[in-house]
Amino acid sequence: MTAVLHVLPYLVAAWVFLAGAYGLATSRNLIHAVGCLSVCQAATYVLLLAVGYRDGATAPVFSDMAPGTRPVVDPVVQALALTDVVVGATVTALLLALVVQVAKRHGTVDPDELTELRG
Amino acid sequence: MNPRTRLWLVATGGAGLAALLVAACLRLPDFGGDRHPYGDRAVRASLERHVANTVASVNFDQRAFDTLGELTILFAAVLGCMVLLRQTRDEHRAPPEPADVALPVRRYALLVLPVALLTGLYVVAHGQLSPGGGFQGGVVAATALHLLYLGADYRALERVRPIGPYEAGDALATSAYLVTGVAGLIGGSAFLANTLLPYGMFNTLASGGTVPLLNAAVGMEVACAVVVLLAGFLDQAVEIVEEGEDGERDDDGHDHEEPGK
Amino acid sequence: MHRLLPLLVAVPLLGAALLAALGRVLPRVVAESVGCAVSAGTAALAVVLLPHSSPPLVEWAGGWEPVRGYGVGIVLVGDGPGLGMAALVSLLTLAALAYSWRSFDEPPHGHTGAFPALMLLFQAGMCGFAIAGDLFNAFVWFELMGVVAYALTGHRVEEARAVQGALTFAIVNSLGGYALLMGIALLYARTGELAMAEIGRGLDAGGPPDALVLAGFVLVLTGLLVKAAAVPFHFWLPDAHAVAPTPVCMLLSGVMVQLGVFGVWRIHGTVFSGPGGLPAGDVERVLMVLGAVTAAIGALMCWYQRHIKRLLAYSTIAHTGLFLLGVGTLTPEGDDGVALYVIGHAGVKAALFACTGILLDRFGSVDEHVLHGRAGALRGVAVMFAAAALGLAGLPPFGTALGKSVTEEAVGGPLTVLYVVVSAVTAGAVLRVAARVFLGLGPRPREARGEDAYETTGNGEEPETEQRLVRVPDTMTAVPALLLAGALAAGAVPGFADAVARAMSEATTAGLVHTSVHWTPVGIVLGLVSTLLAVGLAAVAVTRPELLAPPARALPLRRLQSGHVGDYVAWLLVGTTVLGVLALPAVLTG
Repeated sequence: MTAVLHVLPYLVAAWVFLAGAYGLATSRNLIHAVGCLSVCQAATYVLLLAVGYRDGATAPVFSDMAPGTRPVVDPVVQALALTDVVVGATVTALLLALVVQVAKRHGTVDPDELTELRG
Repeated sequence: MNPRTRLWLVATGGAGLAALLVAACLRLPDFGGDRHPYGDRAVRASLERHVANTVASVNFDQRAFDTLGELTILFAAVLGCMVLLRQTRDEHRAPPEPADVALPVRRYALLVLPVALLTGLYVVAHGQLSPGGGFQGGVVAATALHLLYLGADYRALERVRPIGPYEAGDALATSAYLVTGVAGLIGGSAFLANTLLPYGMFNTLASGGTVPLLNAAVGMEVACAVVVLLAGFLDQAVEIVEEGEDGERDDDGHDHEEPGK
Repeated sequence: MHRLLPLLVAVPLLGAALLAALGRVLPRVVAESVGCAVSAGTAALAVVLLPHSSPPLVEWAGGWEPVRGYGVGIVLVGDGPGLGMAALVSLLTLAALAYSWRSFDEPPHGHTGAFPALMLLFQAGMCGFAIAGDLFNAFVWFELMGVVAYALTGHRVEEARAVQGALTFAIVNSLGGYALLMGIALLYARTGELAMAEIGRGLDAGGPPDALVLAGFVLVLTGLLVKAAAVPFHFWLPDAHAVAPTPVCMLLSGVMVQLGVFGVWRIHGTVFSGPGGLPAGDVERVLMVLGAVTAAIGALMCWYQRHIKRLLAYSTIAHTGLFLLGVGTLTPEGDDGVALYVIGHAGVKAALFACTGILLDRFGSVDEHVLHGRAGALRGVAVMFAAAALGLAGLPPFGTALGKSVTEEAVGGPLTVLYVVVSAVTAGAVLRVAARVFLGLGPRPREARGEDAYETTGNGEEPETEQRLVRVPDTMTAVPALLLAGALAAGAVPGFADAVARAMSEATTAGLVHTSVHWTPVGIVLGLVSTLLAVGLAAVAVTRPELLAPPARALPLRRLQSGHVGDYVAWLLVGTTVLGVLALPAVLTG
């Protein structure tokens, strides 16, 4: 059982990524697709933060704790996750802007009905 | 491709990827393990430079070059969204309708707005001391303004956020970050080097050398960027109408949002 | 000198911020001139730094030099290939900005500076990626170039196709980016480091590769190959390139896609080439198989297009396949050849897009059939278009020809034949367009079976200029001419090829293994053969169209390019599985 718990957070990340990819591939609505892409990205947060965790550790902030008194989790992955969040938010904004225009120009947000580019 | 074939493809590809990821997860170090060499070095480096929040030290000092990229991604997305959500030739602006808001909602929003704004600024200002920082606080401050949209209406919101200054603020904050970086190159040793200012007293607002400066620049950039981004989408939802629909012609972009009009 | 490396990113970023801040008040001419000046300044900086790149320039951002071998900062590596790519990126951005100078459609009200600012941001992202020595930092700049590219692709929001193509581009590439980040997280978990060289050392310390290394390799490669548009990750590219504004196409096809290949080369060389990475044989298998399939499918689909920009997009895919084949040899000769090939290809391909843009702005169409015989008056453009086509085929002394001949010798055997055929088919398709559009040769192509023909026509595209051009501005013709001259110089200027080879060897083996690059009789003959083949194919296609028309059995292949984003995502998943299967022996035997 403990063997499973040792990798469970990583497996959750893998699961979230695959779930997002499945939703993206089978999506019938572009806004839903953009959401699915965010799900894929959430997998990267889970993985990064899981990788940086340390048993019994607290946040790497020393404003109310003397350095060395308690173990802290890896601050680098937290910074990476923060960058990742910003990237995700901006990409989502840009994608939604494009979806707004697709809805206006094509009159639909169903990817099955976008048939302008093919062959 | 019909949905059935696609599903088969997804199943095949997904199964392969799943197998790969599971096999990899089983070989990862155990969750909660003690080996974080980079993390440990980052903590030491942060304490050397008198920054209490190690994440802020990583973001605005040790890996400040990453944050520059992050900042410009946001900046680029704002610019991109403004271009993508512009008013096109076949569209015009209709002035937003005044809206009726239930009194409790209005009271609550107006009461909370200054609190939320102050919280945002607090989170920005204490970036190098406590969890939070420019990114988090900037978002809080920017969304605080939008309580006006909920508590009053779109016209009220437009009065407090003329887009032009916010766009300029976005660009200027980005420039400020870059200029601080170049100052490090000219005056100190390297681009974005944190060697110009004294590191100050540990756990005070002025500690950490250039960390608070970069943090503030990021806070300003994020706040302005979120305001402009949301404005782009809200304009689409509220103001911009395709030709042939109702509403009077108004060509001068956002300029009619000047206060007092 | 190494202190100046971050400026390759900071200068264009500062320029972009300035343009965005003053965009409301600046007159258009000033904004566009500032854009040109800043990108030119960055190009100059890259060119000035290049001679100092041996030994490679190494800069720790923020002055965080490693202590006792371990650092906390971000490392930038200014070696020959990195700086060379940065210089190529900057020069091409300058070309694209000059091309659109004062001729590009009226900017949106109050956003005069937006287009040049986005171009500068694009340049900064690509330069940052080229000189990144830190894996996560590479991801950050990779995302910046992605975000800007999506916005630029959808720039003409009034057009239904443009927004659709941009959206597809954005979704597929973002998913690839997240796969890349998953891979980075896995590698960080194993090694606890982010600098590429450190990750490589960490893997080597961990013994032979296992499933974790394989997964890291596959995920990182997925992200990069999506950008490089290798089959089956390539579907977004024709959709995006067909709809992006012409100056943007020049950058997308000329350098951005190649940066994906560059990333594969860089990350393989620094992270996965040691004993703890993947064995050379397995990497070779992955890149060779993918490269060959990409080249073949790209060439075939290129031949069947009538939308000229789409045709050029497929030719980019075909050439990416050839680049991957060259990189896949994992030999110094392969690297040298590809480096030269990329330089020559950037000039030639950008020139082709520039000429196509002139057609679009003059006639309001980029359809081979509709334009039949209509562009006879544009003699200069015709000459440039045909010359670029010959350059694409590999006619000596173009830089493409020299690069191609070096790579052909490196790959050897049947793959040499593939090289000749693929470059001939793509160039043949372009020559066919030239013969029909500019000379009006052959019968006017018959319209395919009514409405339900499974293809994208190039008609109904809006000109990118304010109104249809009556007279082509000098800047629009000067840019392709200069680009062609550059592509020609890359092959013809004595010593240039050798300098490229020296820079490559300095970067990979610290100058220990130096291969001399020069024209060989075999290479010249092969270049002439593919040129003749291209001319022959074009001649047959124009005079006897029915002989080389797309057969019915090509339809399934064309149906794969469905324009449906769900299909593309499904293929991306299949692609990662294929990568995993191809590289699997590394783990089973290791």
